Amino acid sequence: MGTELARAVINGVLGGGIYALMAVGLTLIFGVLDIINIAQGVMVILGAYLSYVLSVHLHLDLFLGLLITVPAMFVIGVIIQVAFIRPLHGSERTSMSLLASYAVAIIIEGVLYLVFGPNYVTLNASYVTKSVALLGFHLPYIDLYGFGLAVVLVAALYLLLYRTRFGRSVRATMQDRTAAMLVGVDVNRVAALTYGIGVAVTAAGGMIFGASGGGFNPNSGYDLISRLLALIILAGLGSIGGALVASVFMLTVESIVDIWQPSWSIVVFYAALVIVLLVRPAGIFGRQAARAQ
Amino acid sequence: MSPATARSAAKAGQSAVPLLPPAGVRPANVTRAGVFVLLLAVSIVFPLAVTNQSANSIAFQTLIFVCAAAAWNIFSGFSGYIALGHAVFFGSGAYAAGIAAKDWQITGSAEFALLPFAAAVAALIAVPFGLIALRVRRHTFVVITIAIFFIFQLMAFNLTSLTNGTIGLNAPFLLWNPVTFDQRFYYIALALALATIALSWLIKGSRFGLQLRAIRDDEDRAASLGVRAMPVKLTAFVISGAITGLAGALWFFFIGQVLPQSGFDPLFDLTVALMAFLGGLGTVSGPLLGALIIEPAQQYMTTAFNNSYLSQILLGALFLAVVLFVPRGLIPTIAEKGSGWLERRRSGRPAAADVPAAADVPAAEGTAP
Repeated sequence: MGTELARAVINGVLGGGIYALMAVGLTLIFGVLDIINIAQGVMVILGAYLSYVLSVHLHLDLFLGLLITVPAMFVIGVIIQVAFIRPLHGSERTSMSLLASYAVAIIIEGVLYLVFGPNYVTLNASYVTKSVALLGFHLPYIDLYGFGLAVVLVAALYLLLYRTRFGRSVRATMQDRTAAMLVGVDVNRVAALTYGIGVAVTAAGGMIFGASGGGFNPNSGYDLISRLLALIILAGLGSIGGALVASVFMLTVESIVDIWQPSWSIVVFYAALVIVLLVRPAGIFGRQAARAQ
Repeated sequence: MSPATARSAAKAGQSAVPLLPPAGVRPANVTRAGVFVLLLAVSIVFPLAVTNQSANSIAFQTLIFVCAAAAWNIFSGFSGYIALGHAVFFGSGAYAAGIAAKDWQITGSAEFALLPFAAAVAALIAVPFGLIALRVRRHTFVVITIAIFFIFQLMAFNLTSLTNGTIGLNAPFLLWNPVTFDQRFYYIALALALATIALSWLIKGSRFGLQLRAIRDDEDRAASLGVRAMPVKLTAFVISGAITGLAGALWFFFIGQVLPQSGFDPLFDLTVALMAFLGGLGTVSGPLLGALIIEPAQQYMTTAFNNSYLSQILLGALFLAVVLFVPRGLIPTIAEKGSGWLERRRSGRPAAADVPAAADVPAAEGTAP
C-alpha cells in the first residue's frame, strides 16, 4: 500500500509537469487575449502527430524533432490568431472568439482524422520502453526526460516573461490592455506572439503525451482540453503560478484515486472544479476581477 | 402577452396619426408573418409530397434540431450566457426514457407517455447544474458547462448498471407500418418545434424575457434595478433544459438506440450554438433558420461524401465564416439591410401622405427594445 501510494505520487508529479507546461500556455493566452483557446487540446494532439510523422518517416529522434515541431506550431498559432481571432470585434467578442477557437479545434480534428484515421498510435524510441530503477521504483526514461523538458521549458517561459522587454509588454497587456497600448506597447503584435508561444509549447507537451501515454488518436484532444480547462479555472484564469501548482496537485490526486477507482479517477478533476467554484468563484489563485462581466 | 401589447400601443402612441396602419403594422412584420405562414404550410405538406425515406428522416432530425436550437436560444440567446453543455439535457432525456422503458417494461407506442418524464428529468438536472454554473460568468461559465458535460458523458460510460455502458440502450420496438413510420415522427417533432418557437416568442415579448435581456446587456445594472438575476437565469435554464430533454427522448425513440457518445455528443453542444449564431442570437426566427440550413446540409454532406470527417471540417469552416463575416447572424443583418432599403425607397417617394410615416419608422425602431 505504502509503495503503491509513493508510486502514485511520483507518477502524479511527473505527469503534472507535462500538464503544467500545456496549462501555462493556455492561461497565458487567456491572460493576454481574454479568450479561452478550446483548440489547445487538439493542438497538443497535432503536435504529437507531427512528432509521429518526423520519427516514423524521417527517423528523427523525438527530442531532436522538437526543434522542428515547436517552431512549426508557433507559426501555426500566429497564423490562426491573425486570421481568425484578431478580426473579431464588438460586444460579443468574448463568446465569438471562444466559438472561433472551438471551430478551429473541430477543423483540425477532422483533418487529423482524414490524414491519420481513427486508429490509436504511439510514439516510439529506445527510451520510451526502457526504464531506470530509482529509489526502488522502475521509472520509464521518457517520463523523467519529459518532466525534465517541462521544467526547462516552464523556466524558459518564466525568464521570457519576467526578465525580458517582451515579457514586460506581455505582462502589461495582461494587466491592462488599453494602458499598455497608451504607453506604446504594440498590443496586436504581443497578442499574436503570445498565441504563438502558447500553442508552441503544445508541440513539446504533445510529444511527451504521445510517448508516455497509452497512445492517442484525433479524438484524444477532448479529454485533454477538458482537463486543461478544469486546471486553469481551478487555479484562477490568468494565474501562471497557480496553473503550475494546480497541475501537479491535481495529477497527483488523480493518480492516487486511480489506485482504487481507475474508471472514475478523471471525475476528480471536475468534482474538484465544481467544489472550488462553489466556494471561490474566481478560482484558488484568481483575482476577483476575473468574475466581472 | 400584456407587456407586448402595451409596448405596441406605446409605439402607436408615438406616431402623429396613432391608429393608421403604417405605425402599428410595419411592413417587416407583414413579411415575417407571411414567411412564417408559408414555412408552416410547406412543413405540413412536406411528408405528404415527399415520400423519399431518407428525406423524411433528415426532415425529422432537422425538426429535432429546430427544437434544440430554439431551446438553447431561450436561455443562451436571451441571457447572453453561452452554454456549451446542452447535450447534458439531450442525452439525459434520451437515457431517462430508455432507462424508464427498460425498468417499467414499457413497450410499443406507450413509450410516448415517457416524453414528459424525460423533460422532467432534464429539468431536475438543470436545477443543480444551473445553481453551480450560473454563479460565474463569461469564460468560466462556458468552461463549467463543458466540464459538467464531460462528467455526464463519463457517467453514461461508467454507470453500467443504469446505462449499459458502451453498449447503450435500445428504445422499445414500435410495430408501426414502416411506410408511415417517419411521417408520424415528423408530425410529433413538428408539433414540438412549433410549441418551442411559440414559447420563445412569448418569452421574448414578456416581462420575463425583458429581464433576461437586461441581464444580457448588463447584469449588475439589471440587478440594481430590481431584477432578481439568479431566479430569472435559472428559470430560463430549466425551461431550456426541459425542452432539450424532451427533444432528446423523441430523437432516441426515432433512432432506436442511444450510446454515451451519441447521446452526450460534444458536437451537439457546438451545433445548437452555431445554429443560433448563424440565424441570429437572441432572435426568435434565428435558431429556426440556422437549424433549417445547417442540419439538412450536414446530413446531406455526410451521405453524399460518405465521410463524416469531411462534413465535420465543413461545419467548422462554416462556423468560422459566420463568426468572421456575419457575427450578428443572418436575420438581424438581413433585417437591417431590408429596412434600410425600404426606408430609402419610401423617402424617395414624393407622396405627401407618406412623409409622416417615413419619419415614423426609424423613431419606432429606435425605441423598440
